[in-house]
Amino acid sequence: MGENNSGGNLAQVRHVVLVLSGKGGVGKSTLTTELALALRHAGKKVGILDVDLCGPSIPRMLSVGRPDVHQCDGGWVPVYTDSSKSLALMSIGFMLENPDDAVVWRGPKKNALIGQFVSDVAWGELDVLLVDTPPGTSDEHLSVVENLRKHRLDGAVLVTTPQAVSTGDVRREITFCKKVGVPILGIVENMSGFVCPHCSECSNIFSKGGGEELAKITGSPFLGCVPLDPLLSSSLEGGGDFMKMFPESAAFSAITNILLQGKTLTCLRMLS
Amino acid sequence: AATQCGPSSGPSSLQDRQREIMARGLPKQKPIAGVGQVVVVASGKGGVGKSTTAVNLALGLMAIDPSKRVGLLDADIHGPSVPKLMNLKGNPELTETNRMIPLTNYGLPCMSMGFLVDEEAPIVWRGLMVMSALEKLLRQVEWGSLDYLVVDMPPGTGDVQLSISQNVPVAGAVIVSTPQDIALLDARRGAEMFKKVHVPVLGLVQNMSVFQCPNCQHQTHIFGSGGARQLADTLGVHFLGDIPLHLNIREMSDRGQPVVISSPDSPEAEAYRKLAAAVLLRIQEVTV
Repeated sequence: MGENNSGGNLAQVRHVVLVLSGKGGVGKSTLTTELALALRHAGKKVGILDVDLCGPSIPRMLSVGRPDVHQCDGGWVPVYTDSSKSLALMSIGFMLENPDDAVVWRGPKKNALIGQFVSDVAWGELDVLLVDTPPGTSDEHLSVVENLRKHRLDGAVLVTTPQAVSTGDVRREITFCKKVGVPILGIVENMSGFVCPHCSECSNIFSKGGGEELAKITGSPFLGCVPLDPLLSSSLEGGGDFMKMFPESAAFSAITNILLQGKTLTCLRMLS
Repeated sequence: AATQCGPSSGPSSLQDRQREIMARGLPKQKPIAGVGQVVVVASGKGGVGKSTTAVNLALGLMAIDPSKRVGLLDADIHGPSVPKLMNLKGNPELTETNRMIPLTNYGLPCMSMGFLVDEEAPIVWRGLMVMSALEKLLRQVEWGSLDYLVVDMPPGTGDVQLSISQNVPVAGAVIVSTPQDIALLDARRGAEMFKKVHVPVLGLVQNMSVFQCPNCQHQTHIFGSGGARQLADTLGVHFLGDIPLHLNIREMSDRGQPVVISSPDSPEAEAYRKLAAAVLLRIQEVTV
């Protein structure tokens, strides 16, 4: 069915991990970015595919500006964050004439582009490709799963915030994964607690424990909690490398711990 | 009647013709029976508090003018939050004409996809099926007679937003954002989308504006500060107000007791009532 070429673009990508949620605004893009940076610091070659067509956040978070996307024999050349080419990106954000343009597309058009993003980006050799998704369980999700399945899909990391409205949506996403046969690598509870920088009192602004409980109820591995960290949000605004800039922060250790979690480690065989 | 595009026709008349031809394929706007004005609460970005704002805005509208009848429509098909926020459960009953009767709590009639499906079931639907469900939620609900219908939109700028704007005359859109750039970027796209489909933007709300530590009262701008106000200026839209980040809002929301009802004397409730007043003023300004 596929030419050598289309199978070829993902052939040298060792692992593909979806970052899903179901709920909007829980930190999928943030976590995708931070996990990618953490993996890169561990010496891995990482790619990020941003299939959130209506709200592409990855280019902004990594501060790559608006470079042109070039074509090569194998398809589109991904955008690299620096000359070391250890972090490759593809997002619709790079293809818009004006970065503030709204992408107001219906399903079929989105599906077509996602198909291209999966098959026609010349990723080259990567240890892991992280796929950042929009909220919901619609066209983008079905398309990306269908298209990735032709090549490789290790599983999904689900992100939630602790409160009830979030865990409800993420629970549905878990059911979606089970239905379409996407293995669940684990659940991350993001924005789990806020420590006041002034008095160190911890406030559970978005509640606490909801993610862990969701993991229990659905029989999924729990990968850990990431606290609300103003340093993290402000470093994302500036597009800085949080993992490099704030290694002492609570968010940093939380994220690194997630990567060291048993199941993720086994599935991804990431860190030696 | 096809006319030749002679050398005398400029590019602008060609564009006009193209627009005219494309418009013929588009659905005609039809008001929802019995509903006065439709206000959509949108954002572009997920998780900024659209649903929480929509619920408290609807209740706020009722609080500041008890003579007005308000309804709440949850148009987020994939992640309907209204049932949880309003503590409503169960399948809607049907009238003799097979129209769905909204579920009501705190005096606010609501309709949501969440009432029509199992709480844990994902709605794994492509655009077309979502459209047909939306059509039912728009046209086959027995609202009775409403002065205002507040519509909680899903995140993004896709099928649902397009369909609602194309099928129903919308009095205006309230755009919710948090102060951080990444949310404002999407809020900007949301505003642009509404411009494209000729829906007036009533204004921008800055949600989760600031957090005050309950212990020491120290204020932290967890998600940045002031961005939404600046964006409102840049886009030339009104700034409708700040809503602070307060544990009470989330705690009450999780319990299905919106703050406007459960803690009416709190500053958060006051912030939502102020928002309702600002929205009312803007609706009057744009509906001339």
